[in-house]
Amino acid sequence: MRFNLINHKIFTLLKVQYSNMLEYRVEIALWAISGIIPFFMLNIWTNNNLNESISISEVMLSRYFLCAFFVRQFSVVWVAFSFEEDSLMGKVSPYLIQPLNPFFRYFAQHIAEQITRFPFALIIAFFFFIFNPESIWIPNFDILFLSILSTFLSFLIQFLIQSIIACLCFWTEKASSIERLLFIPTLFLSGLLAPVVSFPNYVKSWIYLTPFPYLIDFPANLLSGNETNISGGFGMQILWLLLLFPLFKKIWSEGTKKYTAMGS
Amino acid sequence: MNLSKYLKVYTKFLHTSLASELEYKTNILIDLVTAILSLIGSIFLLSIFFQNSNTIGGWNFEQALIIQGIYTLLNGVANTWFNPNLTEIVKHIREGTLDFVLLKPIDSQFFISLKRISPSGFLEIMLGIGILLYCFKINQIHLNLSFLVLCLITIICSISILYSLWFFISTTTIWFVKTWNATEVLRSFLYVGRFPLNSFSFSLRIFFSIFIPIAFITTIPSEVFLGLTQLWKIFLEVIVTSVFVITSRKFWLFALKFYTSASS
Repeated sequence: MRFNLINHKIFTLLKVQYSNMLEYRVEIALWAISGIIPFFMLNIWTNNNLNESISISEVMLSRYFLCAFFVRQFSVVWVAFSFEEDSLMGKVSPYLIQPLNPFFRYFAQHIAEQITRFPFALIIAFFFFIFNPESIWIPNFDILFLSILSTFLSFLIQFLIQSIIACLCFWTEKASSIERLLFIPTLFLSGLLAPVVSFPNYVKSWIYLTPFPYLIDFPANLLSGNETNISGGFGMQILWLLLLFPLFKKIWSEGTKKYTAMGS
Repeated sequence: MNLSKYLKVYTKFLHTSLASELEYKTNILIDLVTAILSLIGSIFLLSIFFQNSNTIGGWNFEQALIIQGIYTLLNGVANTWFNPNLTEIVKHIREGTLDFVLLKPIDSQFFISLKRISPSGFLEIMLGIGILLYCFKINQIHLNLSFLVLCLITIICSISILYSLWFFISTTTIWFVKTWNATEVLRSFLYVGRFPLNSFSFSLRIFFSIFIPIAFITTIPSEVFLGLTQLWKIFLEVIVTSVFVITSRKFWLFALKFYTSASS
């Protein structure tokens, strides 16, 4: 009975958010287009033959960047910005009364957006293959399943980190600038602009202990068939989730105690 | 259309927006750290490209650093003026508050483009100038008056092109209402301006010279700074700039004819 109720809740949330997101098709298409930076980076790499020095063939590198694009598309998180807006507008108060953590609402919003985004990402990939027909490949089922799983875990890590930052809204009002600060290392260290293998040794020595390479580099390597440590990657992803989740719960319970509604 | 009136109004704008921005002092501090980290990140990325190669698209590392300097400077200008103001246009149109702007006895484009200022962009401008000065030193560029005048002209041109592009896209909101992520697409394309145009393949180079004139925004100014450019390129830049500025102005006046206010 209880399980059915939760199931029902999840289903309703998803349905509502999906129809909400379908309203903004053009917006989501534009978001998808704004994610094509990896392709420009690929162009620099191959046009200057930089891939030879890191011993990755041109085809493998183009698959890597295509996968990086996909992983990024399905792990974009903006909960800190939504939550900040809602908390400044005073919308959080009614959410708090409901017998449902408001972050489930945002979570459903993100999942619904990803479903809406999927066809646009496919269209972009289709154009990519028209320009680079030699890089077409079909990953086998196991790899596909594992990389979808690792992309989802990457999304969860980013969602938790941003939710923690969003909770800082209870103290500072403007948490989005902290999120923008944290986005910089994510951008440069996650492997979106250059694969982590190409990083100099003094960075490689410590980067695998941070969550960044597991956000894009690891799932993209997995999907594109480049060399990667599968069990180690999943292990680190799960380890970071286990570290972040209690932290989120703690900061959420502290924050809601601190919360005073706007205008009261 | 008298100048002293506009100057007086502008000092008032400065005063009010600085006062409201300084309410969030820690925010400004975080933005400063973000700007510094973002610069370190892009130099890190550049150093990866140059790790095993002496030139990229015919530019060596010291020369490519100039492009970074110009990009940082322009990004600072965009963050100080364009970003806070032009994202407001969307809000004005959606909520119908553009009515109040149009009713004021002052040019609407002036009001909309310069109303707000975000002081955290200043540091980025200073960082950009700092890098340029450092580049002058390592590239052994001799400064003289005519050289400085040429540099100033090209920088002003690229700022104007950037502004016109941004303003042009924001203007389309009058028809489409929700296009604030269209500027996000523009931002992600402009990101490419951190790298020399010659490092891209031929087709992308054409794209970045015609549709999104990154060639005119960062590459030609950098060539001028290096003393590499021919005079005709500077003339071309001035012509392109005037075309951009005039078109965006005409487009704004044209678009206003279609403005019907909210809920009417």
